[in-house]
Amino acid sequence: MFYIYCPYCGEHREEEEFHPKGEAHIARPADPESCSDEEWGDYLFFRTNPRGIHHEMWVHAVGCRKFFNITRNTATYAILETYRMGEQPSITDDTREPLEVAQTPTETTPADNLEGVRA
Amino acid sequence: MSNTVDDKIKTFDTRTDANVPIESPLAYTYRRSGAPAPDKNSKAVLHERPFLGHLTLRGGAIVLDEALRSVLDMSLPAEPQSLLFDASGERSVQWISPDEWLLIVPGGEEFELENRLREALGDAHFAITNVGGGQTVVDLEGEAASELLMKSVIYDVHPQHFPVGKGVTTVFAKASVILRRPSETRWELVVRRSFADYVYRWLLDAGAEYGIGVQR
Amino acid sequence: MSQPNRLDRGGSIDRSRELSFTFNGQSYRGYAGDTLASALLANGVDIVNRSFKYSRPRGIVAAGAEEPNAVIQLGSTEAAQVPNVRATQQALFDGLEARSTNGWPNVQRDLMGLVGKLSGGFMPPGFYYKTFMAPASMWMTYEKFIRKGAGLGRAPAERDPDTYDHVNRHCDVLVVGAGPAGLAAALAAGRSGSLVILADEQETMGGSLLDTRELLDERPAEQWVAEVTAELEAMDNVLLLPRTTANGYHDHNFVTLHERRTEHLGETAPEHNGRRPVRSRLHRVRAGLVVLATGAHERPLVYGNNDVPGNLLAGAVSSYIRRYGVVPGSKLVLSTSNDHAYRAALDWAESGREVAAIADARAEPKGELVEQARAKGIRIIPGAAVVEARGQNRVSGARVARINIDDFRVEGDGELLECDTIASSGGYSPVIHLASHTGARPTWRDDILGFVPNMVDGVQAAGGVQGVYATPEVLVGGWTAGAEAARVAGFEALEAALPSVETRHDGEAVALYQVPHQKATLRAPKQFVDMQNDVSAAAIEVATREGFESIEHVKRYTAMGFGTDQGKLGNINGMAIAARCLGRTIPEVGTTVFRPNYTPVTFGAIVGRHCRELFDPKRYTAMHQWHVEQGAEFEDVGQWKRPWYFPRRVQGRQESMHDAVARECRAVREKVGILDASTLGKIDIQGPDAREFLGRVYTNKWAKLAPGRVRYGLMCKDDGMVFDDGTTSCLAENHFLMTTSTGGAATVLEWLEVWHQTEWPELEVYFNSVTDHWATLTVTGPEARKLMSEVTDIDLDRESFKFMDWREGKVANVPARVFRISFTGELAYEINVQANYALHVWETLFAHGEKYELTPYGTETMHVLRAEKGFIIAGQDTDGSVTPEDLGMHWAIGYDKPFSWIGKRALTRPDTARADRKQMVGLKPKDPKVILEEGAQIVFEPEHAIPMPMKGHVTSSYYSPTLDSGFALAVVKGGHQRMGETVYLPMVDGQVHEAEIVSPIFVDPKGERQNV
Repeated sequence: MFYIYCPYCGEHREEEEFHPKGEAHIARPADPESCSDEEWGDYLFFRTNPRGIHHEMWVHAVGCRKFFNITRNTATYAILETYRMGEQPSITDDTREPLEVAQTPTETTPADNLEGVRA
Repeated sequence: MSNTVDDKIKTFDTRTDANVPIESPLAYTYRRSGAPAPDKNSKAVLHERPFLGHLTLRGGAIVLDEALRSVLDMSLPAEPQSLLFDASGERSVQWISPDEWLLIVPGGEEFELENRLREALGDAHFAITNVGGGQTVVDLEGEAASELLMKSVIYDVHPQHFPVGKGVTTVFAKASVILRRPSETRWELVVRRSFADYVYRWLLDAGAEYGIGVQR
Repeated sequence: MSQPNRLDRGGSIDRSRELSFTFNGQSYRGYAGDTLASALLANGVDIVNRSFKYSRPRGIVAAGAEEPNAVIQLGSTEAAQVPNVRATQQALFDGLEARSTNGWPNVQRDLMGLVGKLSGGFMPPGFYYKTFMAPASMWMTYEKFIRKGAGLGRAPAERDPDTYDHVNRHCDVLVVGAGPAGLAAALAAGRSGSLVILADEQETMGGSLLDTRELLDERPAEQWVAEVTAELEAMDNVLLLPRTTANGYHDHNFVTLHERRTEHLGETAPEHNGRRPVRSRLHRVRAGLVVLATGAHERPLVYGNNDVPGNLLAGAVSSYIRRYGVVPGSKLVLSTSNDHAYRAALDWAESGREVAAIADARAEPKGELVEQARAKGIRIIPGAAVVEARGQNRVSGARVARINIDDFRVEGDGELLECDTIASSGGYSPVIHLASHTGARPTWRDDILGFVPNMVDGVQAAGGVQGVYATPEVLVGGWTAGAEAARVAGFEALEAALPSVETRHDGEAVALYQVPHQKATLRAPKQFVDMQNDVSAAAIEVATREGFESIEHVKRYTAMGFGTDQGKLGNINGMAIAARCLGRTIPEVGTTVFRPNYTPVTFGAIVGRHCRELFDPKRYTAMHQWHVEQGAEFEDVGQWKRPWYFPRRVQGRQESMHDAVARECRAVREKVGILDASTLGKIDIQGPDAREFLGRVYTNKWAKLAPGRVRYGLMCKDDGMVFDDGTTSCLAENHFLMTTSTGGAATVLEWLEVWHQTEWPELEVYFNSVTDHWATLTVTGPEARKLMSEVTDIDLDRESFKFMDWREGKVANVPARVFRISFTGELAYEINVQANYALHVWETLFAHGEKYELTPYGTETMHVLRAEKGFIIAGQDTDGSVTPEDLGMHWAIGYDKPFSWIGKRALTRPDTARADRKQMVGLKPKDPKVILEEGAQIVFEPEHAIPMPMKGHVTSSYYSPTLDSGFALAVVKGGHQRMGETVYLPMVDGQVHEAEIVSPIFVDPKGERQNV
C-alpha cells in the first residue's frame, strides 16, 4: 500500500485514493495521420516496463481528480518523487543509483524531492 | 422559475416553490433501516441536513475569489484542503482541487447565487454546476465521532492532522465522501445521493458500540 | 483434578481464579493468566497433536508464536470454530474447548501413523507427488483421504455471531514488540510528545522481561515493566495494544496489526451492556517511523527423535516455570551451544526438580550462568550434545555423546541418561519476518550466528532483532531508536532514563544446528527440522542430492517453512543443513523470503465490517422504494440495484420472468411503459471549447449540433475500438450534457479528464458529474405523448418537439428537462428532474397513466427492446475488439473531421481495415423457439472435424414477443457480406442450432415509430 504525495493536494495520501494509469510521458503523436502503422503501434502498445526507475502516471481519483507523475523504483517500490503534469522528472534512469539502493537508505526521502514540485 | 438563457450557457432552476413532495437521499433508508433516537449514552449522533444548495465552482482561483467576495462577501480558500464559512456559518466554500471548489448554501439560494456569480465572472473561463440534488450533508457529533470515522475513512482524522477548517475528499469504506470539520465538535460528510444509504448503514453498524443515535 | 506439574508458588498466574477447560473432550483445570499451553503442561498433557506427514505424537515445544506443534482447533459450537490457533498464544478462559488439529481417530491412538509405518519409515520429499500421482484421475480420491489424515483444521460451517472491524490509524512512531527494547523505545518516543503506538502479541507487555532472572534497578523486572506500562498508558499521545500482532509490514510504513480484543474472554465476544463488543480488529497503521523490537526466537537443536513429546526449547522451559509456575517434567537434560540456555537448568533446579546433566557443545564452557550451574552442583558434560532422544509418547531418556562439530561426527557411544524432558538451544534467530516483508534481504552475521534485517527507509530496529541480547544494551538500543524516531517526527529527544542492570558476562557460543549421529543422517532416527510440516534433516539432504541447490527450491520440494508457523523454528537449521550438504556457508545458501502474515489471521479480522449487507455499496435511485413495493426483481449493474423486471401476481401466482418481460415488451410496443434510467452517467460540460472537445472524443461530428438538439455518439480508444456510447445534448453554445452507460459513468469522466489534463490542457472546458443530481424517467410507447400531455406544460407537438430534440418546462409541477431520445425504437420522452423530486414525478405519471395502461419495465425488457432495434450495449455487444465499422455504424464516423479524433488513425491500420473482421449482424434461429446462448460460438461448417474454425459468437440473445421468435445479435467474420447465409452453433450437449444472418434491426427498420 503506497503512500503517495499528491503534488496538487500537497500532502501524502493513501494508495486507495489513486488509480495507476500506466507509463508516463507517452505523448500522443501531434499528427496521427502522418504516423506509419509501426509508429502508431508503438504509441499504442509498447511500453518500457523496466526493473528500477520508472515514470508512471497516476490520478488522484478519490481526491482532487488530477493526473500527475511518479518516479518509482519498481524493484523496491520506493517513490522517489512526484511531479505535476507537464513537468519533467528530476530523477531518471541515467541518474539512478545501482539497484542495491534497496538495501541502504538513500538520502532522498520523498518529502525532500517534493519541495521542487510544490506550487 | 426564472431560467436564464444566454447564448453560451443554459442555467436552470431545478427547484420549485410549488407544493410537491420532496425526498431526501436518506428517505428510503430511514423507512427501511430505521433511525435510532439518540439517548444520553450516545457517544455519536448523526444528523442529515438535506436539500441544501450545492454548487461546484470550476475556474481560476483569482477570478473565483473576486466573484465570491463581491457576491457573497466570502473569500475563496486557496490552500488545499481548506474550508471557509461565512459569518453566519450557513454558507461554506471548500477547496476540492486546484480549479474546483464546493459552495454549500441554504437551500433555495443556489440558483440566484449562480446567476450573480456568472454575472460577476463575466468572460472569465469558469464553470458552475448545480449538484444539489446529487448529494446530501450528514453531520456527525459526539465524543466518539472521530473514533467512528477512523473505522470508516482512510484519512487521518487525528485533531493534530485534521484541524477545524479542513476538508478532504477521501475513501469511506468502499465508497467516497467529502469529509469536513467545521467546528471542534462537529464533522460533516458530503455524501453522493446514491451512496447515502450505504454510508448511513455503515455508520450505524460501526457506531453501534458507541450507542449511535440519529437526530431527525 | 490436580495439576501435577504446577508449582505451589511463582509465576504471574492468579491462583485464586481457577478455570476449567477441555482438551480433546477431557476436562482440565488451570488458572487465570495461563495460556492453553501452560495449562496443558500443568496438567501433564504430553501429546497435543499428531504430525502432518508421519502422524508422530507431538507435544508443546515453545511458549510463543513460534510453536509448531500445539496448533489447535478452538470452539465448543459449530459457529465458534476457529482453526490454527497456537495453544501458546491462546489465553485460558473458563469453559474453553479445544481439540487437536490432527489425529484420527484421536491423538493417543492414531491410525494414520500406519501410513508412515507402511511406507517404510521414511517418506522422502515429494512423497505425495511421487506416490499418489498415478493414475492422475485418482488424485481426487487420494486427496480426500490424505486431507482427512492430515487434518489442516476446518472453518466453521455456521454463521459467526461475532463482529470484526478495521481501524485506520496514523502515528509518528509505531513500536512493534514490548520487550525491553520496545518499552524503552516507546518511553523515549512517548515522553518526547510524539504520537506512539506500541503493539505486542502477548497478553501482557514485557516480552523477555517477563521471565528474566535479571534485576532492573535491583528489583524484579516485572516491577519496571508495570511502572513503564502505567506511565505509557497515562499518556494521551500513546496507544498501547496488547494481544496485538503486527502481521504485515507493507510499503511505505503501512503495517497491519491484528488485535484480539475478546479472544481471552471467551470463544465469542461476551455481551457487555447489552452489546457484543468487536471481537478482533485490524489496525491499518500508517507510521512515520517503525521501530522493530521483535526480539529473537530460540533455535532448537536438530537431533534424533527431537520431536518426541518432552523435547522443548530451553527458553520455553524457563518461561513455563517463571511465568506460569509450571515445570513441564521431573528430570531434565539440557543440550546447548550457548550460555543463555543455562537459565532453563537453573530455573528447573530452583523449582526443586532434578537436572540430570547439561550437555554443552563447547569444549570449555565458561561464563556467569555456567558458574552458577556448577555452583548448584549440576553436572556439565563439555563438548557434548544430546544426539538422540528415547521414548515413544514421552521422552524417557537422552543419549548424550561427545561431538566433533567441524568434522560432523560423534566421538564414542556416549551415555544414555534417564530423563523425561530434553531442553535444547542452538542459539537465537532474530525475528526478521516483518523487516523481510518490506523486501529487504537480511544479512548473516557470524558473530551472532543469525540473520539480521536490513532496513528500508523509515524503520529502526532495536534489541534482539538486531542480534543484541544483553539487557543493558537492549534497553539503550531501544531508547535510542525511540528517541531517533521522535526526532525524525519533529520532537525533541530527551536524555535516556533507563534502569540499571548488571552486565552479565557470557561465554562465546558455538555454531551448532544439526547434531551429528553415529549413523548417517539418512539412517539415523529422524532429526526434525520443521515439525509442523514433518521435514527432517534427511529430507533436506535428499533434496540436495536430487539436485536442488537453491534454498527456495529446497523449501518448495521439502515443504520446509510452508506451515502456518512459516518455519520460525526450523528455517535457519534447514539452511544450515542445506549449506553443509552443498559444501557452502549459510550466507552463500541465503535465506527464503518471509511474507505476511506473521501468524495466521482470521477471515473475520481480514474482512472486518465489509461483509453481509455491507459487503459492497448498493446504490439506489430515488424511485427505489417504489420498485421494492411493486415487487420488482433487481439486477446488479455495477453497484447499482436496477429493477430487472416487475413480476405481477396472476391468479395468485407470481408471473415467470419470461411472461413478465413479454408483457412489459408488449406494453411498450403497444401502449406505454416507463423505465427508471437514473443510473445512466451524466456529465455537465461547459466552456468555449466544449464542442471542439466533443469532436475529438466522439467518432462523429459535433460542429453543427444546435442548442435544443441531441445527438448519439460513439467513443473509441485510440486503438479504434468502441468503449462507450451515449447521447449528448447541446444545452447552449458552450454547454452540453453528456450521458454515458451506467457502468461507464466514472470511466468516461476520467477518460475526458485524462485527455484534457494531459494532451489538450489549452482547451477551455470543464467536466462535472451530475449523475446523482438528475433522476431520469423514460416514458416510451405509442401512448407516451398523450400521457405526457397530461402532466407537462411543454409543447409536445411533433413539429415543434421533434425526435432528438430536448425541451425544458415542468413535469408534474417540477422543473424538468425532457429529451426525445429512444432506446426502444418507440416514441419516447426521457425526463430529467432533480432527484429529490423524482419519486413525486414518477408517482404522478402513474396517477395519470392508468388509463393508458402505463407499465413499469426493467432492464431485461429494455435489453430486448433495444436489441430488436439493433442498438448495442457497450461492454455486451462490444468487448474492446470491435470498431464502429465492425458495428456497421459507418454513419457515426466523421472521417473528414479536421482533428484526428481518438480512434481515427487506428481505423486505417491493415488489421482494423480487414474485410473479414468479426462484424455485427442479426441472427434469426431457424427454429423460432430456440433462444441462442449468449457467448455461443458460430461455425460455418458443422461437419468440420474438431477443432472447427470458429467464425464468431453471439453477443445478445432474447425472445422477442413482437416477433414471437428468438433472435440474437452476434459478431461474425465478414458478416456484413453474408446476409442470408446460414450459420451453425454447436452446443455442449451435441445439439447444433441453425440460424440465418440477417440485419441487426428486427423491428421497424425505417425508424418510423420513434419519429411519430
